[in-house]
Amino acid sequence: MLAEAVDAEALSTAGQTRLSKLKPGDRGVIVDVRADHATDHHGVDVHELERRLLEFGFVEGARFEVLHEGMFGADPIALRLDDMRVALRRRDAHDVWVQLESK
Amino acid sequence: MSEGVLPSARVALVGNPNTGKTALFNALTGARQKVANYAGVTVERKEGFVTSAAGRSLSVLDLPGTYSLRARSPDEAVTRDAVLGRLSGEVPPDVVVAVADATNLRLVLRLILELKAVGRPMVLALNMYDIAQRQGLRIDLEGLQKELGCPIVTTVATRKRGIDELVGQIEALAAAGALTGENIWREPTAPEIRLAHREAQRILKTYVRPPEHPDTLTGRVDAVLLHPVAGLAILLALLFVMFQAVFTWAGPAQDLIDAGFVALGELVGRVLPDGLVHSLIVDGLIAGVGSVLVFLPQILILFFFIILLEDFGYMARAAFLMDKIMGGAGLHGRAFIPLLSSFACAIPGIMAARVIDQKRDRMTTILVAPLMTCSARIPVYTLIISAFIPDRTVGPGLNLQGLVMFGLYGAGIASALAVSFVIRKVFWRGAVEPFLMELPTYKMPSAANVARNLLLRAQIFIGRAGRIILPLMVLVWVLSTFPSPPPGATEPAIDYSFAGMIGHAIQPLFAPIGFNWQMVVALIPGFAAREVAVAALGTVYAVGDAEANVGALGARLAETWSLATGLSFLAWYVFAPQCVATLGVVKRETNSWGWMGVMFGYMLALAYLASLIVYHGAVALGWGLAPEPPTWPRSCSPPCQGPKGAPFPYRSGIPMAGGPLRDTCSIPG
Repeated sequence: MLAEAVDAEALSTAGQTRLSKLKPGDRGVIVDVRADHATDHHGVDVHELERRLLEFGFVEGARFEVLHEGMFGADPIALRLDDMRVALRRRDAHDVWVQLESK
Repeated sequence: MSEGVLPSARVALVGNPNTGKTALFNALTGARQKVANYAGVTVERKEGFVTSAAGRSLSVLDLPGTYSLRARSPDEAVTRDAVLGRLSGEVPPDVVVAVADATNLRLVLRLILELKAVGRPMVLALNMYDIAQRQGLRIDLEGLQKELGCPIVTTVATRKRGIDELVGQIEALAAAGALTGENIWREPTAPEIRLAHREAQRILKTYVRPPEHPDTLTGRVDAVLLHPVAGLAILLALLFVMFQAVFTWAGPAQDLIDAGFVALGELVGRVLPDGLVHSLIVDGLIAGVGSVLVFLPQILILFFFIILLEDFGYMARAAFLMDKIMGGAGLHGRAFIPLLSSFACAIPGIMAARVIDQKRDRMTTILVAPLMTCSARIPVYTLIISAFIPDRTVGPGLNLQGLVMFGLYGAGIASALAVSFVIRKVFWRGAVEPFLMELPTYKMPSAANVARNLLLRAQIFIGRAGRIILPLMVLVWVLSTFPSPPPGATEPAIDYSFAGMIGHAIQPLFAPIGFNWQMVVALIPGFAAREVAVAALGTVYAVGDAEANVGALGARLAETWSLATGLSFLAWYVFAPQCVATLGVVKRETNSWGWMGVMFGYMLALAYLASLIVYHGAVALGWGLAPEPPTWPRSCSPPCQGPKGAPFPYRSGIPMAGGPLRDTCSIPG
């Protein structure tokens, strides 16, 4: 997956990163929700995961702040997403790309 | 009657989870509700009735909460099919009520756009409007009404505000009759969902001014309750309080129910002549139903806590905190609630698994729920522990009997986690469903709603358990009553019955795990409900009223079983599929004999394996011999007294109590 690696590299240099990599306190805007084959062994296909994320409000332009993380493996994470609070596992947050804001 | 004049109308409540939809349903219909299942699926169908001011009778369906008509779970599929009129046996709704949390409109606006595509007359209920006002949230109701093309009513369901207006709007739409448009709904694609979001965002920006004093309480409470360390500590403390409550507060009520059924049995027994009918009604039905209903107080207390925490908004937090621990074993964070309920009884636990969206996660939860130590195992554990484990202090505040009890609970939890891990690997090939969950804002629970939900849970438990348990009780009674013992029989009657025959026949299978035939015979009636095994052991060992006379039965077991056998029996009870009611509920909830068979099979295999290991391990340690029966008679006169002063029952030629508690011949209470 060379193309993907290059793509990810390019994005991260532009201050964009995966939601799954963030720590409590990080905030910003969601810039891209994709149907990449990011993690294996999902019970649903990537397109279904994308639709579920969208339905929960993980949509381009939504503002977020990571609020909490679990005790073990810092997983799952809880965030404020626009005006609601949502929890998800990091593996499911992998395909959500965000633009971080400086704190 | 005015109802004869106006045709009745069907109303469906649709909305996101946590919008107070059920509170609104309760406020609308009051006590006029009935709960059943939708045909063919195991989704709860809640219907209520209300009469409009014009005299039209409205039947209101409380549909499961959803974020989209694109259903992801059986519950959400019901909502979709009910709204679209696809559900077999259901008439499509004449009016759809979209229920929204006025403080959290974004997602529901997208759902409303979907509902509009269905083309049914719709009214939007902006619930929790008081909270929105307190926060200084301004909604341009006029404009929003025009934009959405449907009437809007503001409601505060918990205070019954806006209910009359809502009924008025429903009435107006029902009176107008016709559909507002064609049904053009179809499953949205990802780009369409994005488009709908943008549209919802535009509507929100135009008609809603953000709150002046946004809710900060939820954030401050979460800072503590979701703290990685403090949050988990609080959760554990809460669990501790819950269990204390379940096992101590329920005691008096349980004793009362128990005594009530014993009294009822005696009363009926006096009226009926001795014989088969007497035995069927008193020993079979009354005792059988009593043995199930005795768990009602525990279940109600447990559900009281669960409903309270759910309404407060804590349960999603508990799922968040537990998700990693449970997820490692292949369970969903939400499985926490069903598994918790299973400590009282697996039946409400398995029914509570409906909160889990995904089929796989739900199946796994249902399959492992019976491994949680339900309270029906407690009488068995207590009996065997008091008979075989010395009442000794092994450390500061640590009692050996208590430690063994704790260990048995731990074994149940550990095995549930291990089994779900294996289930994921074997049945789901390692697939893990996504875990996405809204963390609702905290809200003060309303006493009326908690009470109503509690009543509903009680009805469901009594109804379902009753319908399953009753016929089984009759079956077990038949097995352990027929054929009757021959005249002049010396052994207890059960020994001559089908149960006895089956017990003797299959005893060789149980010999490798150290069970004697009496134990195997006792397992058969114990199949109806686990704790019945105690009474059954009492019957085969001819100890009358064994449940009240645990000391006497324990002493009897301690002298006839080796320690290895006792431990093996405990291990068996951690795993064995010993409760037909649970199997029946699994069949209903999974709609499949196959899954029920899987559960029965794996639990039986685990039970046998565990007992085999424990028995042979214990024998290797030199615990395989039953204590030497003391020579009879011992210095035991006057005859030993049981705790209630009943004469200690014994059969001729068989020594009475001996061994550890046997020096004094007194039976500890």
